[in-house]
Amino acid sequence: MPSSLFTYAPAPESRSVVTLRPRYGLFVDGEFVEPRDGSTFTTVSPSSEEVLAEVAAAGPGDVDRAVAAAARAQRDTWGPMPGKERAKYLFRIARLMQERSRELAVLESMDNGKPIREARDVDVPLAAAHFFYYAGWADKLAYAGLGPSPRPIGVAGQIVPWNFPLLMAAWKLAPALAAGNTCVLKPAETTPLSALLLAEIVQQAGLPPGVVNVVTGAGDTGAALVAHPGVDKVAFTGSTEVGKAIQRTLAGSHKRLTLELGGKAANVVFDDAPLSQAVEGIVNGIFFNQGHVCCAGSRLLVQESIADAVVEALKARLETLRLGDPLDKNTDIGAINSPGQLAKIEELAGSGEADGATRWSPRCALPERGYWFPPTIFTGVAPAFRIAREEIFGPVLSVLTFRTPDEAVAKANNTTYGLSAGVWTEKGSRILWMAQHLRAGVVWANTFNRFDPTSPFGGYRESGFGREGGRHGLEAYLDA
Amino acid sequence: MPDMPTTEPAGPGAPPTAPQPVPPVTREHPRLAVQKTYKLYVGGAFPRSESGRSYAVHAAGGAHLANAAHASRKDVRDAVAAARRACARWSAATAYNRGQVLYRVAEMLEDRREQFAELVAAGEGVAHHAALAAVDAAVDRWVWYAGWADKIAQIAGSSNPVAGPYFNFSLPEPTGVVGVVAPQESSLLGLVSVLAPVLTSGNAAVVVASELRPLPAVALAEVLATSDLPGGVANILTGRTAELAPVLARHRDVDALDLAGASAEIAVELEQAAADNVKRVLRRDPAEHGWDGEPTPRRMLAFVETKTVWHPIGV
Repeated sequence: MPSSLFTYAPAPESRSVVTLRPRYGLFVDGEFVEPRDGSTFTTVSPSSEEVLAEVAAAGPGDVDRAVAAAARAQRDTWGPMPGKERAKYLFRIARLMQERSRELAVLESMDNGKPIREARDVDVPLAAAHFFYYAGWADKLAYAGLGPSPRPIGVAGQIVPWNFPLLMAAWKLAPALAAGNTCVLKPAETTPLSALLLAEIVQQAGLPPGVVNVVTGAGDTGAALVAHPGVDKVAFTGSTEVGKAIQRTLAGSHKRLTLELGGKAANVVFDDAPLSQAVEGIVNGIFFNQGHVCCAGSRLLVQESIADAVVEALKARLETLRLGDPLDKNTDIGAINSPGQLAKIEELAGSGEADGATRWSPRCALPERGYWFPPTIFTGVAPAFRIAREEIFGPVLSVLTFRTPDEAVAKANNTTYGLSAGVWTEKGSRILWMAQHLRAGVVWANTFNRFDPTSPFGGYRESGFGREGGRHGLEAYLDA
Repeated sequence: MPDMPTTEPAGPGAPPTAPQPVPPVTREHPRLAVQKTYKLYVGGAFPRSESGRSYAVHAAGGAHLANAAHASRKDVRDAVAAARRACARWSAATAYNRGQVLYRVAEMLEDRREQFAELVAAGEGVAHHAALAAVDAAVDRWVWYAGWADKIAQIAGSSNPVAGPYFNFSLPEPTGVVGVVAPQESSLLGLVSVLAPVLTSGNAAVVVASELRPLPAVALAEVLATSDLPGGVANILTGRTAELAPVLARHRDVDALDLAGASAEIAVELEQAAADNVKRVLRRDPAEHGWDGEPTPRRMLAFVETKTVWHPIGV
């Protein structure tokens, strides 16, 4: 066991860069305000269960106030503002995020439970890059190919999940603002802090009041936002179940909708794949961010002839992963975001055993406090098992096998989802053939879980509709 | 060319014969026209409704024109199954090939101009020249869309300059099976305006034709059947919109819904049902008055999915 031969010294990132306030209000019309008809809730660190802060839960009246502020700002300042001026505000936000990147990363890791290495190297730089990318679009919208004179839609109600709180906020806000809309953002109730820090950055950037509003709260705050008659556009990232409910709510309304929902991605490994690269890709595909990733490669489809070798190499690799303190710079696997999510993962993993799959996890001690789940592999999984069909949203990989490319495609597409897929092979024509046949919005070939502001992201089928990122991402926020 | 006068003086080359009396047998037994049975178009075949039902179709003035098949829920399900089967082949056809087939549809339409003009004039209660203008517009629109087949990916796709050593591109792919509630008023031009974009982008369609003016849709089915369009790519049902459209909206194997011809009352219910499997829904555009305006790529882009592919670059 490697850890008995070599031990890592603790390498904690300092928390001192973050100043937590004991209590956070709502960000409405450019100010942090107390809720009028809402209440408060606490947000905790999932790795220690320590209460980080008390946060306002916006009631319907608070949502109403935020939407009204957004509508005023859209009509009076942000909408009429020349694109080149809007652009400079967004560039400012991008720069401020870069300036305060360490603070954002540490706060994100504390509130979410993700490894600081990921928050620092992925979440925060990509979030800043999104603002930088869309800033440049603000004065070029007529060239986006959507029509000669695209206009903003109005007020965007945007609801983001807890797995990439800051990055998802950036994916929502940046294109909406570039297109001339104003925003009411509802972060997830377990991870509100980075959005509130972003609100502070919005203040520092000097955005006119009401252009960006942040209403914290749980599902009922989101529901009030979705149903508010002053909202013209709803953008939601989260579970398929909630996405369907939102689509039903908006039926017959004038509101536009984009949905980025769940997934059950197949990661297909052919017998000619470069094995060690594929193993790294499989690990990155499912254990990145504790598997709290809608596009996670949660179904490994491996060609039968190399299945044993791949699983063996995978197990050896998992033995070297380090699970623990998210703020430790050596940590690979952080904490599960909430007790509710942990219970869901445990229940589904239990169903995998009950269905007859073989469960395996590396030897790793779980911390005593906080919410933890070890990286887990299930072999002997049949396509009918729940762990092969349902999104687990945790560090759990189901391994299935195939013999022919046709069988791989059939199994990969045998899902109601269609967000992402992976292919590993050295044969170019086969990569393109697979990419053509996989019914998924993003296909990673000989790589996995790559994201970029220029690259459209979004699902087929019940993984939702609409794209975020790239020129395509503007379409959701423009009337063309 | 104007219609030939019925009695024409004999030309110089004509034999100098006296006008022939009409044979008495014809006067007593005038030829009886063969009437067409208006049927459904499902999977490339023309079945009656499995329910055995039909309903009377009247001209705008109230005269009886024909009985149209009154499709049932089961017919909708059969049509969706046929569309699903046809989808793979049609979406895998080269864009060039799809364009050729769709252009052939326009040729067949042009061939039957007069027939369509009569059906449109009778059903919509417009003058013959207005009906003919609508038919011509429909043919031209079909040609417009046919030409898009091998261009849509070039305006909707992109190469994405990601910040790393990866080749990254995005391209549009057909959504799959699209349920189309065809416009109620514009029985041919409206229908063509919603069906052609769905097919051009590589989807298969199940169309609920205009309820009160279904005959041009059935004639269009006959055009499609003789245009090398693979059976099942387009399926056309006639019947009660309020009965058929909800079946399409609820169907789990329908990927998208065009509500062009859905009334405001049923549109809400349809959109709610569509959420059960996250269908893409193209709402009726309140700003859209009639179908005379220039089309845009909007209706094609409503029924495509953007796929993005990443691959590392290295030696």
